Amino acid sequence: MVVASFADFMQQVVSGLAAGGVYASLALALVIIHRSTGVINFAQGEMATVCTYIAWTLTFNHGWSYWPAFAATILFAFVFGVATHRAVIRPVERGSVLRVVIVTIGLLIAINGFVVWQWSGEPQALESPFGTDTLDIGGVIVSAQDVGTIVVTLGIVVLLWLLFQFTKVGLALRAVAVNPDEARLVGVRVTWMLALGWGLAAVLGAVAGMLTAPSVGLDPQMMQPILIYAFAAAVLGGIDSPLGAVVGGLTLGVLLNLIEVYSEFVGTELKLSVALLIILGVLVVKPSGLFGRAEVKRV
Amino acid sequence: MTELLELENVHARYGPVQALHDVSLTVGEGEVVAVLGANGAGKTTTLRAISGTVSRGGLLQLGGSNLRGGPEAAARAGIAHVPEGRGTFVELTVDENLRLGAYTRRDRQVRHDIGRIAEYFPWMVDRGAQRAGTLSGGEQQMLALGRALMSRPRLLLLDEPSLGLAPLIVREFFRIVRELNENEGLTVLLVEQDARIALSISSRAYVLEVGRVALSGKSDELRDDESVRRSYLGY
Repeated sequence: MVVASFADFMQQVVSGLAAGGVYASLALALVIIHRSTGVINFAQGEMATVCTYIAWTLTFNHGWSYWPAFAATILFAFVFGVATHRAVIRPVERGSVLRVVIVTIGLLIAINGFVVWQWSGEPQALESPFGTDTLDIGGVIVSAQDVGTIVVTLGIVVLLWLLFQFTKVGLALRAVAVNPDEARLVGVRVTWMLALGWGLAAVLGAVAGMLTAPSVGLDPQMMQPILIYAFAAAVLGGIDSPLGAVVGGLTLGVLLNLIEVYSEFVGTELKLSVALLIILGVLVVKPSGLFGRAEVKRV
Repeated sequence: MTELLELENVHARYGPVQALHDVSLTVGEGEVVAVLGANGAGKTTTLRAISGTVSRGGLLQLGGSNLRGGPEAAARAGIAHVPEGRGTFVELTVDENLRLGAYTRRDRQVRHDIGRIAEYFPWMVDRGAQRAGTLSGGEQQMLALGRALMSRPRLLLLDEPSLGLAPLIVREFFRIVRELNENEGLTVLLVEQDARIALSISSRAYVLEVGRVALSGKSDELRDDESVRRSYLGY
């Protein structure tokens, strides 16, 4: 263990929260889809990668600045998510869960192939919207990129929460997640609500991708480790709990960053293994996660 | 009396299994009509055919226009279906359940209607924030009814509301249904195992047998006919 000053420690916590915000966004995307469709979307990370490449194309090839490209990409992500549900998921939705899962794995491979074909495997640089400045908050030096990432990811999460909690569409989305048959009886168009859920999830993924790319570099495999962290975050929080996904993501971000920096043993190479250990540990000890409700089935 | 609901030669199937063979019935505006019969006679399927939750054929009309499409379309046409076994969203609050009942409405009277419904179910006012899953069985059935009313339905379909409830609560439930019918002209098609209570609340009744209408008539006449009671109603 390296002995560290408090300021140094806090700096690592902030940087962990920034990573955690990204994990939380993608974990929330997984949770939204799992709650409504009952499956894990293995293509969630690749869908985010495509969106990030769109943002990169807009800034690099067309000279857009970051935020207009960010907004346009979010719009694209939403349409992409809705279209994916309508065209690819809906035809197999009535079958077994396994069928849908296999389709999402196929989607992962197809999208990855498309990205490499379209943009090559070469790493690209997406500019950071927050610059390379550092801020001094009471003696703790943090990067503007980290603070910006935390603010934007949490802002999007709060917006989504407001949507789910206080709007009619949000109520319908939750109703579909609880009981789709009942929702149909009160007149909710369930298949459109499911597509809307896929759209929102894709938006979350795109936000995660666009905030990650400036610090880790944009390449076709960029989101794959982040998807693993998002799985770990979602499992930790409880796969059906949106709040759990956010808390799980932030916790995991901080935890992994502290382990990486302060433990002489783990380092960057073993971070992924720690995430997998967390998944395994939670599934064995408390499968419903921190905030999930234990599933009770009557037999 | 003008007919609100008209079914003619309606048939329905679950996959390869034919559940309804040939059902014809009518429900007049402002009427309470009961559908009786043994288990498996097709009572629930009749309601599901009306709300489009089972694949069906034949003539189905509400207020003179054909019923088409699934339950989403039926809800928009003004049909509120309270399915068997408490039609509530257990993870949502009482208030959210009621607001979902008004999902198809575009007007701004929803808040006001929740207040109006609370006149029939006073306990819902204080417990609006309670999760529906934590209510008692009777309260959930009341909530399902309240939620159905929130859509301002032209036709209310009730499927076995007495199932699993204590007799006192069943009586209270039907007292409210009768009140709604008398005060607000609510039209009800009721499926019920308990023939005695169903005949006491309805003006007419149909008795189904293996997916067909075996007999129909005025409720009080059916109730007073001993041979009918013994061979079809079992009491």
